[in-house]
Amino acid sequence: MASSSPSPKTSAAAPPKPEGPKPEPWESELVTSLKQQYGSGIVEALRYMGQKYVTVDSSILPEILLRMRDAEGFDYCVDITAVHYPKREQQFDVVYVLYSFPHNERIRVKARIHDGEHVQSAVAIWPTADWLEREVFDMFGIVFEGHPGLKRILLPEDWKGHPLRKDYDILQQDKEWVQINLGIESGQ
Amino acid sequence: MSDSTKLDYLDLDVKDKTFLDTTEMVLNMGPQHPSTHGVLRVILKLDGEKVLGTECIIGYLHRGVEKIGENRTYTMFNPYTDRMDYVAAVSNGLGYCETVEKLLNVEAPARAQYIRVILTELCRISSHQVWLGTHALDIGALTPLFYAFRDREEILKIFEKYCGARLTTHAFRIGGCIYETYEGFEEDVKKFCTFFLPKLDEYEELLTTNRIWVTRTKNVGILKPEDCIALGVTGPVLRASGVKWDLRRAQPYECYKDLDFEIPTGVNGDTYDRYLVRVAEMRQSVRILQQAVDSIPAGPIMAKVPKVIKPPVGEVYHSIEAPKGELGYFIVSDGSTQPYRVRVRPPSFVNLQALDVMVRGMLVADVVAVIGTLDIVLGEVDR
Repeated sequence: MASSSPSPKTSAAAPPKPEGPKPEPWESELVTSLKQQYGSGIVEALRYMGQKYVTVDSSILPEILLRMRDAEGFDYCVDITAVHYPKREQQFDVVYVLYSFPHNERIRVKARIHDGEHVQSAVAIWPTADWLEREVFDMFGIVFEGHPGLKRILLPEDWKGHPLRKDYDILQQDKEWVQINLGIESGQ
Repeated sequence: MSDSTKLDYLDLDVKDKTFLDTTEMVLNMGPQHPSTHGVLRVILKLDGEKVLGTECIIGYLHRGVEKIGENRTYTMFNPYTDRMDYVAAVSNGLGYCETVEKLLNVEAPARAQYIRVILTELCRISSHQVWLGTHALDIGALTPLFYAFRDREEILKIFEKYCGARLTTHAFRIGGCIYETYEGFEEDVKKFCTFFLPKLDEYEELLTTNRIWVTRTKNVGILKPEDCIALGVTGPVLRASGVKWDLRRAQPYECYKDLDFEIPTGVNGDTYDRYLVRVAEMRQSVRILQQAVDSIPAGPIMAKVPKVIKPPVGEVYHSIEAPKGELGYFIVSDGSTQPYRVRVRPPSFVNLQALDVMVRGMLVADVVAVIGTLDIVLGEVDR
């Protein structure tokens, strides 16, 4: 499986299917007040399968996260992750999954960033962000500014590249790590 | 949030000024250490027996599960999830299947939901048994290990009869279950319930009032509820700190809303409370099993899902209450047969982060107790 981009194998013979559900605009008091305060900083607010997410500009991300925690009651940062879209101009989505204990509600805050753009760290807001951000850095190479010790977490320090980027070639791992670094004949 | 949760990284070259005239020592624990439950390496900074700080080195078991997911079809990725938390493979599969079902906008039929709940609760008990046995062994009690593994065998037998595998079960499919229950499944589960409750009393007789156990676990590794939330700690660890939060109740999935059970909570948030909470959870699981097994409805076990799974473009985050905490999957679909991105939110990974807060100022022996009480599985931490 050398190719990292998913290729539909079975699409040729499939009959045309009815259109699936589409993300629809999410309207609520929260979104309205966010839009009033930040204007175009709020890129979009959508609902999909009953799940809500809001995309914001990366410059106001720390403010939004802090507001989510303090004013809106999203006190628990469930997960921080990223998605790579190499064809887009802003290549990465940084995704924060938040949960509110008082409201029993979950939302996602997303920010689109360019390749190489830095994101403000959320460690000061949620200490749990520490390892989660390190993992995002490890897997995508996204740098979190203000993180107390941003270094690789799952992969070895001297690993080359960031595996969850779509342009990361699996064979490269075999060559760089197994053959050159470890000196093992892999037979791949 | 209290000051104790402030994260500062171990600077091994700078001397700690708080302790005058003492020599600090940096001790490496693991990755091949029997009480680190796998390949966890902890660097301990010590002043005598006192822990000044820790740093976890993880990743020894990293297999790149998320990358594998992008290169496999939705169906093909399912067995890989079993290999993350390998002592609770059934829960892992349930979380994944449910998330893809959400993407497909289908729901498993009622009969499948009951079968799923029964197997998941059995899995929860077996996971807690492994935890109890190894945790007690770490602290010095040898017998509970044999008791727990002996009784766990009965659960594994049910798994084996149901799907042919004992550990990496791959019990569920996207849309329901692949196998109908075998002849005598209900009786086996009922038999297990009546067999297991007295055994649970036996475990408790050995430990709950045992003086050595109580001394080794009480007031060890205390985690305050606000620290739990700030650190993202979930599962029994969170509940032992007094937060009554369980995803089976907070955001019910499968048929949990029809079942009657309680959420056990602790008070002090110490290792002893976490022990009590997990034991109480096993009793509640038996309660769920007894109700569910009596009310398995008739009907199909698979929802109508296409042979080739191609969810519409979109993204979904869904999480379940795994034995160790909130297990979440974030899947992005680009409309093809392979997920565009699979993110696993592992409870063990996030819970392990609390280790440093829990052991600061405690003794080296307590580190072993705290690693045990966090109930981590390195296969899930590293993925």
